[in-house]
Amino acid sequence: MSLKIIHQERQEFSAERMAEVQALIAQYPEGKHKSALMRILHMAEEDFGGWLSVETMNYVAEILNIQAIEVYEVATFYTMFNLEPTGKYVFEVCRTGPCMLVGSDNIIAYLEEKLEVKMGGTTADGMFTLKTAECLGACGYGPMLQCGKQYHEHLTKDRIDEIIASYRSGVVPKEIAR
Amino acid sequence: MSRKILLEHDDVPGIETFDVYRKHGGYRSVEKALKTMSPQNVVEEVQKSGLRGRGGAGFPTGMKWSFLAKPEGVPRYLLCNADESEPGTFKDRYLMEKIPHRLIEGMIVSSYALGANTSYIYIRGEYMWILDILEKAIAEAYANGFLGKNILGSGFDLDLRVAPGGGAYICGEETALIESLEGKRGNPRLKPPFPAVKGLWGCPTVVNNVESIAAVVPIVNDGGDEYAKIGLGKSTGTKLISASGNLVRPGVYEIEMGITVEEFIYGDQYCRGIANNKKLKACIPGGSSVPILPAHLVTKTAEGTDRLMTYESLAEGGFASGSMLGSGGFIVFDEDQCIVRNTWTFARFYAHESCGQCSPCREGTGWMEKVLNRLEHGQGTLEDIDLLAEINKKIEGNTICPLGDAAAWPVAAAIRHFREEFEWHVTHPEESQKRNYGLVLPKSTLV
Repeated sequence: MSLKIIHQERQEFSAERMAEVQALIAQYPEGKHKSALMRILHMAEEDFGGWLSVETMNYVAEILNIQAIEVYEVATFYTMFNLEPTGKYVFEVCRTGPCMLVGSDNIIAYLEEKLEVKMGGTTADGMFTLKTAECLGACGYGPMLQCGKQYHEHLTKDRIDEIIASYRSGVVPKEIAR
Repeated sequence: MSRKILLEHDDVPGIETFDVYRKHGGYRSVEKALKTMSPQNVVEEVQKSGLRGRGGAGFPTGMKWSFLAKPEGVPRYLLCNADESEPGTFKDRYLMEKIPHRLIEGMIVSSYALGANTSYIYIRGEYMWILDILEKAIAEAYANGFLGKNILGSGFDLDLRVAPGGGAYICGEETALIESLEGKRGNPRLKPPFPAVKGLWGCPTVVNNVESIAAVVPIVNDGGDEYAKIGLGKSTGTKLISASGNLVRPGVYEIEMGITVEEFIYGDQYCRGIANNKKLKACIPGGSSVPILPAHLVTKTAEGTDRLMTYESLAEGGFASGSMLGSGGFIVFDEDQCIVRNTWTFARFYAHESCGQCSPCREGTGWMEKVLNRLEHGQGTLEDIDLLAEINKKIEGNTICPLGDAAAWPVAAAIRHFREEFEWHVTHPEESQKRNYGLVLPKSTLV
């Protein structure tokens, strides 16, 4: 992924979060603190609206006392990091072989129809971004999608209706226990 | 023959907590190793067990451990590879989700064996909720004196940390994993030097899969010789199999190596056959990187003997008529599935996941994806099929890490066994577009 320059007003971690970040950095040996970078980027994404702006990446570089380019090259390499704003909830639908065998094509088509947006797009109300993803490690429980820390598995059209309704009402839908 | 060693007590409520895990015999191996065994003794037991790396390569774990350099005054590191990303594989996730302490216990004993005082579990970023589970379990282990300074009064110190990835299949390759853990892009390193000599931060490092580390627990508890009695021949022990695709009961199963493939697919204890009363068309037994097998070579070898769930039996016949156990990602196709479409999804996966460092892989995986996309969508030519083989040859063996090979082999195998289906997509462009299905093979070739 190439780096798109999208600006956002600079935000900083809360004092509590900063303590967490510093504790994380302290876990690594002297001079090896760059190892904390990826985790801090995940935290920044969580705290600053679900994506990493140039300002955020520069801020993380300052915290770690490394060059900004060192943050950019990592943020652009790993596909989990969003480098542009997304909807409130990002649905990442797995489409690799094992999920395809159990109907992910139909799930993708249904989501696009239901949310009236194509894969890669965000709904007009800014609630949902649809994305495809490569194997998420849920092959035996497909078709599936990931939304934040939640895996939604064994998807059917009815189940998708429930999940969307639940997110719309502000409740993270519960997963069925295996 | 279903045998639970790694997943023992996975159905006990609360087994993810320290207290319940401990009550069911958890952390015995730590007591035994730290109080009665030298680190070298533990390494010897693992060597005797015949344990082979469970991440996919199948390299003997004890031998890998014996390569670790031990220069005076230089820290050594044990890294657990929990970057499970091979399509078709979801076993480590199951183990970590259900019995996180099993992995932590294995990490403590293995770190003791290797003389590592700081160890890391590198977990794929998408498994963020499992990172939470692991950190909670690690905090419990610290609170109970199984991690930290002077564990059980043995004088052995260990700090255990978890680090997340960011969504990159390549970080399952051990040198890419190390790069990533150092906070860099996951570009694999040239070997040598091997991680055993120069790994994390230039220090001697061992990288082992989750399941391999978990297997050290029963090996220490019961002894390497006892462990080696489980399984068949050089495929010792049990193996976690992630079963997916068109099965009645997909999921994670712990099997004793040596059961027949037939029993695994159709047996009541396992997958219970093909879903919707359909027939078996093909199977990829070891994750997306291993060769696909057509139905007649799944349950039997080309010689007509029973195919077994072992490293050796699944590889019997070489690439001509065999495959590999790999990571145990067992993907099953029913008679309606399209091999071309599946091969395309895998090619797309590898093109997406190539780190871009080596031209043959970066360009080759992209070309393969394009050509397969064409074929799948009825716009290919017969020459395209041979072109794929050509691209394959140019990737194979020409890259720093095995991702290129992993991308090339499944395409070659799909064409080898299902060429007529690729040709059908060329000769029936419209029909191949009307439905998702591939060429329906004659019933006689299905099982």
